Amino acid sequence: MRNFLSDKITTIKPSGIRKFFDIVSEMKDAISLGVGEPDFDTPWHIRDEGIYALERGKTFYTSNAGLKDLRSEISNYIYRTQGIRYNPDNEILVTVGGSEAIDIGLRAVINPDDEVIIPQPSYVSYEPCTILAGGKPVIIELKAENEFRLTPAELLNAITDKTKVLILPYPNNPTGAIMEREDLEKIAKIIIEKDILVMSDEIYSALTYKNKHTSIASLAGMKEHTILINGFSKAYAMTGWRLGYACAPKEIIKQMTKIHQFAIMCAPTTSQYAAIEALKNGDEDVENMRKSYNQRRRFLMNAFKEMNLKCFEPFGAFYVFPCIKEFGMTSEEFATRLLQEEKVAIVPGTAFGDCGEGYLRISYAYSLENLKIAIGRLNKFIQKLRSR
Amino acid sequence: MREELLAILEKNSRIDFKELAVLLGKTEADVLNEITKLEQDGIICGYHTLINWEKTSIEKVTGLIEVKVTPQRGKGFDEMAERIYNYPEVKAVYLLSGGYDLLVILEEKTLKEIAGFVSDKLSTMESVLSTTTHFILKKYKDHGTVLGKKHKDEREVITP
Repeated sequence: MRNFLSDKITTIKPSGIRKFFDIVSEMKDAISLGVGEPDFDTPWHIRDEGIYALERGKTFYTSNAGLKDLRSEISNYIYRTQGIRYNPDNEILVTVGGSEAIDIGLRAVINPDDEVIIPQPSYVSYEPCTILAGGKPVIIELKAENEFRLTPAELLNAITDKTKVLILPYPNNPTGAIMEREDLEKIAKIIIEKDILVMSDEIYSALTYKNKHTSIASLAGMKEHTILINGFSKAYAMTGWRLGYACAPKEIIKQMTKIHQFAIMCAPTTSQYAAIEALKNGDEDVENMRKSYNQRRRFLMNAFKEMNLKCFEPFGAFYVFPCIKEFGMTSEEFATRLLQEEKVAIVPGTAFGDCGEGYLRISYAYSLENLKIAIGRLNKFIQKLRSR
Repeated sequence: MREELLAILEKNSRIDFKELAVLLGKTEADVLNEITKLEQDGIICGYHTLINWEKTSIEKVTGLIEVKVTPQRGKGFDEMAERIYNYPEVKAVYLLSGGYDLLVILEEKTLKEIAGFVSDKLSTMESVLSTTTHFILKKYKDHGTVLGKKHKDEREVITP
């Protein structure tokens, strides 16, 4: 029989997370710190609005770009948090999670062999989506000594004549790193000078623990150079609702909408109604969750200090990214042994790029009680390794 | 830090100073000072435990009694409230807006004892105009905590 498979797809590596997931699922009573989604339930008033939409029979397609009311609320939200005005009629597209926005955003702008700069460690989909779009990924290996921020020098070094897009994934999964206004200003200058497009994935923008998040699109001259991606999953604990959005210049949104229209039609209607409620009345919920995450973040940083585990202090998302180089094993070995010997599941840093070697991603989207047990076990494991 | 500190303590009064300091990003001394001040100012009034008595073999009946009273000149409702809350079996007294004035929450071992309190003590007070007594049949949620239901983590164990 013929080989029916696409060469392009078969050469793409499956997510490194998947492999680990299979091992963990077989192990009972393992505690996981490997989850990339909030532990909170979606706030009840938001769920209730979804239920109400179903009761009212709101079960049809919406317009391709998403409900007008939702796009208006997104526009208001971006304006009140970032001071940027996006026209709800033609500069906002509601997508199936931020993930879809990443995919179709890249597909809308990439020509064959265009280069896409991807700082790593970062979320698993940028590289495969770039390849699927026909582009060429150019990886920047971010450094712990820069707190995993992207520096102007690193960026300049990666830019060639073929560079079209820079992915800017902050606040960052898996490192928890943020980029502050001063950092962004330096990057923006290069972007404008070299006439590059930024895809700014700000899905964790509501979860920062130093200053409020700044979007690069809010800097002078940058709106025209940015596809801003955000969504409801992390801020409002709405991962399963699959709802995100992209804000960009209307020429780009127009092309993205075409792909979205043919591939997806529209984002789930129930979720869209719930999301309107989230944006209108969800600020307090987000703030309460943010406070809880921050307490857990401080708890972990203190625990690492006490067990003498090296970790830069992250100020975003809900991850910490401790360094395990002192133990002389790969991240995957460490994670596998930790799982087998102490039954704690942690994702190896290498799942987010080769330069994640020597690091672990620990999620604190868990209750403090849960974190305490898991960290107790991690500590036991580390002491065991050190005493050898 | 005050609001966040109170929010943590309201949910978990057994937490120690060291952990509180870590969670709030303050020193232990700061936390200790703040709590002492909160206690002195009567903002923190006690450290209680939320018990689901229904799961024990101990009998308890809780009554909610709506009380209409004649406010007294110069003292309003305060004196009446005091006369009622001085009974140790009274767990709570609130002044309310609406159809009646005071809501009295009473905890006893039997229904009869609650009935006795209402007929012998409460109704006989001069300024009490009328009472309506309700009995609590089941507590689903108390102090923001859903009783008798354990939260289950529905998430996949590893996600990106």
